[in-house]
Amino acid sequence: MSHLIDVQDLRVSYHSGGRVTEAVRGVSFHLQPGETLAIVGESGSGKTTVASALLGLLPTTARIDGGRLAVAGQDISHASERSKQRLRGRVVGLVPQDPMVSLNPTLSIGKQIGESLLLRHGKRYPGLDADVLELLEQVGIDNPALRAGQYPHELSGGMRQRVLIAIALAGEPQLIIADEPTSALDVTVQKRILDHLEQLVRARGIALVIITHDLGVAADRADRVLVMRQGEVVESGIAREVFSAPSHAYTRDLLAAAPAFGATPKPVPVETRGAAPLLEFDAVGKRFALPRGQHFQALQDLSLAVYPGQTLAIVGESGSGKSTSLRIALGLEQPSSGRVRFAGQEIGGLGWKQFRPLRQRMQLVQQNPFAALDPRFSVYQSVVEPLVSFGLLKGRELEQAARQLMEQVQLPASYLDRLPRELSGGQRQRVAIARALALKPDLLLLDEPVSALDVSVQAQILDLLRELQAELGVAYVLVSHDLAVVASLAHQVVVLKQGQVVEQGEARQVLEQPRERYTRELLEAVPGRRLAVA
Amino acid sequence: MTVLQRLIPVAGDAAPWRPRRRLQRLFDQAGPLLRRPGFVVALILVLFTLVAALAPWLFTQVDPYATQPSAKLLPPSALHWFGTDELGRDLYTRVLYGARLSVEAALLAVGLALLSGLGLGIVSGFIGGRVDAVIMRIVDVLLALPGLLLALAIVTAIGFGTIPVAIAVGVGIIPGFARTTRAEVLRIKTLPYVEAARLGGASWTSTLLRHVLPNAWGPVAVLATLDIGAAILATAGLSFLGFGAEPPAAEWGTLIANGRHFLITAPWVSLLPGLFLVLVVFSLNHIARTFEEIQR
Repeated sequence: MSHLIDVQDLRVSYHSGGRVTEAVRGVSFHLQPGETLAIVGESGSGKTTVASALLGLLPTTARIDGGRLAVAGQDISHASERSKQRLRGRVVGLVPQDPMVSLNPTLSIGKQIGESLLLRHGKRYPGLDADVLELLEQVGIDNPALRAGQYPHELSGGMRQRVLIAIALAGEPQLIIADEPTSALDVTVQKRILDHLEQLVRARGIALVIITHDLGVAADRADRVLVMRQGEVVESGIAREVFSAPSHAYTRDLLAAAPAFGATPKPVPVETRGAAPLLEFDAVGKRFALPRGQHFQALQDLSLAVYPGQTLAIVGESGSGKSTSLRIALGLEQPSSGRVRFAGQEIGGLGWKQFRPLRQRMQLVQQNPFAALDPRFSVYQSVVEPLVSFGLLKGRELEQAARQLMEQVQLPASYLDRLPRELSGGQRQRVAIARALALKPDLLLLDEPVSALDVSVQAQILDLLRELQAELGVAYVLVSHDLAVVASLAHQVVVLKQGQVVEQGEARQVLEQPRERYTRELLEAVPGRRLAVA
Repeated sequence: MTVLQRLIPVAGDAAPWRPRRRLQRLFDQAGPLLRRPGFVVALILVLFTLVAALAPWLFTQVDPYATQPSAKLLPPSALHWFGTDELGRDLYTRVLYGARLSVEAALLAVGLALLSGLGLGIVSGFIGGRVDAVIMRIVDVLLALPGLLLALAIVTAIGFGTIPVAIAVGVGIIPGFARTTRAEVLRIKTLPYVEAARLGGASWTSTLLRHVLPNAWGPVAVLATLDIGAAILATAGLSFLGFGAEPPAAEWGTLIANGRHFLITAPWVSLLPGLFLVLVVFSLNHIARTFEEIQR
């Protein structure tokens, strides 16, 4: 048989505490050498379980209940650990999900690449150093001789991901499995890395399996796709055909939910003429002092104005100063130069006590809904916390307010009794939004509100935010690196790069007719463009 | 959640929602614990010891000080479960009455260490800067001295007896509590939900009491349970060496010390109180480990 991977009717279940969860139910697919397959699905769809099964790395609680799982002609569904180990590295390589934690912080990256070379070629491999440098060069790392001696903490996220790719390549595998290879990275870095991986794989004739929840990535990179849902294959076929003419309702829904694909809902237009700006930045700059008398200019000459009921988006990659500008607006950082006004009041030099009354009118929704709620607080306690802190309501009124807030974020009132760990990511983010709305603020600061969520959940949260704005007339400042998210919510856009404003203006104009090259680059990096253009 | 279920149905409860009571939540959490047999056995033994410490007369009718020369050094039997000592006193009764002094000393020691350790750790982790540096250097000095040696020095300085021994042992285990609390406070201080509470208008004091302390509490509570065992051992050790309770009073350490003259002829005089002590410490360790496991 010439298939590199041949999976037939694979069934995997997890057994823990007497409970059985079927994670993969009758999945079949195959892969030819040199082909690229994308497995797409939301969290819990079983896509990572399939990948672990291919690598023979299923956790001990998992059991393969049936089916055939052949890699390079060898059935590994019930193979011994030794024979699976022989496959790993040499036949199947893995590019793990999170480059921040996937490298050993106590070994230089040269050593870590060398490790897998030694596994491949034996202990006394003479060409070790030369091969390490060659691999580093191949994955696009400049100055390999210097980099090989550096430790993971000295490299950026993108570079670490490249090192992980080099490690996977070192074993000269016939197949690379990339598990969400770029979801932790900026869009432009993501594009460069995926371009590079694609190129390397093509040049060496390696087959590639990309596990992703991002339909855009799948559409751009894969020859064939496999859409999974609750452990079952919903749809599979040639990527272009599946995405241009999806046959299953679920795929259509996924496509509709993905912000990158065509039918993005537009923000509700708001009339701002004659209104006074709610939040105003006037040539704001921020310098951080570094050791040895140096300075780091995090933000330079940022001027912006947010009007009531309107959304202003600040776009940029990590390190562009977009979070710093939010922290300045919240009074968590003091600006080094320039002026910040909220509702006409200067807030630049205010102390914590003087700022406190303003907090009733300005609230924050944080990036990571998994850490934004106190794990010991019930949803009720979390939601009403600001009301309790300001001593606004008591007893029955408080419960009434909690019920109303839950209705606003479209969660059932019975959820008020739950603890955060009993909620999904999207539900937690709804709770965080409810908490921010408790004080009925005029301005909501949204720090990457959907970047930690699945694509379809992202769409739901964005819909909710749009509805809340129309209903309550709240103004938003949205910080995001994802232009698709920005397009669906923002009236005005500010593009930041390394603390400087690149472009600024009406959302429609900036996103549809960008004047600056950097903005165009950002737009091109949004996954799914290839398909949209085609 | 799938896209199809985009509109989450708002539950049409007939009765309006009310907050769930705290007690009810506690029961929900305790349920799975009581299904672990090892944990239950350990818990029963520890509870038995605690009750015996409070009211030893519930479990025995004999006077712990009543000597009976005719029945000296008897091996364990139905009448004397742990046998008798060289003066004919019932050992089982003496172990139960001894629990009072031992447990009292251990709780006092851990309580002292817990309070001062928590205080130091919170101040140190929350204020930071120079205050942190000074407190942590003092803690480092305490850590550098072996616990038993430090306790010996303190007991020699402040005098003999159960309470001085407890204080001495307590001071020795302060550093562990201070370090653990500080590490937890430092970790939690930077978490988004603490920032969210601050931005929601909460003061530092209420943030500390409502968010930081309850979340820092877990590992510290585990350490406390673990250290009760260690404190019982340490107080027993000190009273074995003769720093503890005065002779007629029963205390686990003195009981074991007494029996060492008869190890060959009547080993139970030392071994059975020793075994009981070991079981209690094991149980406490097991409980602490279970708590640690469920926190993860």
